[in-house]
Amino acid sequence: MTLPEPAASTLLKPIQSVGIVGYGAYVPRYRIPAKEIARVWSGKTAALPIKEKAVPGLDEDVVTMSIEAARNALRRAGIDPSELRAVWVGSESHPYAVKPTSTLVAEAIGAVPNTQAADWEFACKAGTEALVAAMGLVGSGMGRYAMAIGMDTAQGRPGDALEYTAGAGGAAYIIGPAEESLAIIQASYSYVTDTPDFWRRPEARYPEHGMRFTGEPAYFKHITEAARRLMEATGTTAKDYRWAVFHQPNTKFPQRVAAQLGFSMEQIEPGLLVPVIGNTYAGAALIGLTAVLDIARPGDRILVVSFGSGAGSDAFDILVTEALLERRDRAPKTRDYIARRIEIDYATYVRYRGKLQMK
Amino acid sequence: MEIPRHWRLRKQRYSLVGEVCPHCQVRIFPPRDVCPSCGKEARELYTFSGRGEVYSYTTIYEAPSGFEQQVPYTVALIRLEEGPMVTAQLTDVSPEEVQIGMPVEMVTRKLRTDGDERGLILYGYKFRPRLQQA
Ligand SMILES: [Zn+2]
Repeated sequence: MTLPEPAASTLLKPIQSVGIVGYGAYVPRYRIPAKEIARVWSGKTAALPIKEKAVPGLDEDVVTMSIEAARNALRRAGIDPSELRAVWVGSESHPYAVKPTSTLVAEAIGAVPNTQAADWEFACKAGTEALVAAMGLVGSGMGRYAMAIGMDTAQGRPGDALEYTAGAGGAAYIIGPAEESLAIIQASYSYVTDTPDFWRRPEARYPEHGMRFTGEPAYFKHITEAARRLMEATGTTAKDYRWAVFHQPNTKFPQRVAAQLGFSMEQIEPGLLVPVIGNTYAGAALIGLTAVLDIARPGDRILVVSFGSGAGSDAFDILVTEALLERRDRAPKTRDYIARRIEIDYATYVRYRGKLQMK
Repeated sequence: MEIPRHWRLRKQRYSLVGEVCPHCQVRIFPPRDVCPSCGKEARELYTFSGRGEVYSYTTIYEAPSGFEQQVPYTVALIRLEEGPMVTAQLTDVSPEEVQIGMPVEMVTRKLRTDGDERGLILYGYKFRPRLQQA
């Protein structure tokens, strides 16, 4: 066995080929339209960042949502949960400050006790971080299967620009050997720098954003660099990909970054869910990919690029296999969850999100 | 504080793990180690499918302690497809939509907090109308 040349080694690519053996999505059923938030705070009816966002019910959090997505992924994979050697959950809304989300999820899906469990944090890219780590665990032969989840119930300060988009949802992936995969992850690449675009101190309830830092130096810089460097290292261009999914904090950003990278609106359309569920933070790129896998054909190549504030992007080059066709109907499609829609008003939203001071 | 009891019940609460009788194949929930049908020992674990239907129900407007913030909500007797009857809260449904015979499926949700907001969050099974798939 020889190690790759230094020039090629910026790719994060395991020695043994790995892929997605199962995937599952989850979106809660409540929706608050952006115009309802605008009615309360600004009176604006035009130029809203999305149509509506998903809101979790009173009995939902990142644990319960991750459990449902994980069960969907297990149904598609058709493996015994005791074969998982990792259950990793990326989120910025873990229900406990101290006590892992991942052990609860692992217990509920029947993966305990012979497994790794950990919670990952990196703003909106905590989920793809876990995915890269899962590729490493499986690709090194340490375990046959590993689960990576990106899930969030994001909160924005009432009246803040983020309140229009901070949504709820995410996805679970089971990584395994390439020969069992419904989509092979051919390579990944990660690009990070220290960039102060968005943060939350431990005692603060809502996040702060660095205003002019959030666009060009953060989102656009990191996504375009990650995508370009992955495509350069794999010898591909936008035309080689049937579909692309970019992190989606609002409708415009992923559309603009796609155009900058030479992708058409048709290539990003199936994975662009932010207009109807909001920004699902650590879940955003990953749930976008589930919606693409729900409609993709064998042979389709998919580019996925996440973005997390602070800041960084993970990029993936994914190739769909024949196995997708027989597995994807084993669990609900992402569009089934999106279609399950109950509209709520701002008052109900305030109650469901615990924004009322009760004592 | 009832942490030991919550911890002991976690498997049956999170994922409807009951038992199957090795002698007469009856599925048992909640687990009790003795078959209610043939009276012999039954300790083999069995994870229920989670599918069932509403046998009877009632809507709660005056909730017991720990559940006040969730009213109104519906508690139902669910006939599981494997046979046993369980009592559980319904979720993702408004009380006026609930009907006897309605097909439901198990989901794991937050049940309540043990004590105040500093306490453990307790998770367990609830049932919701079966998700419509296109
Ligand atoms: Zn028996």
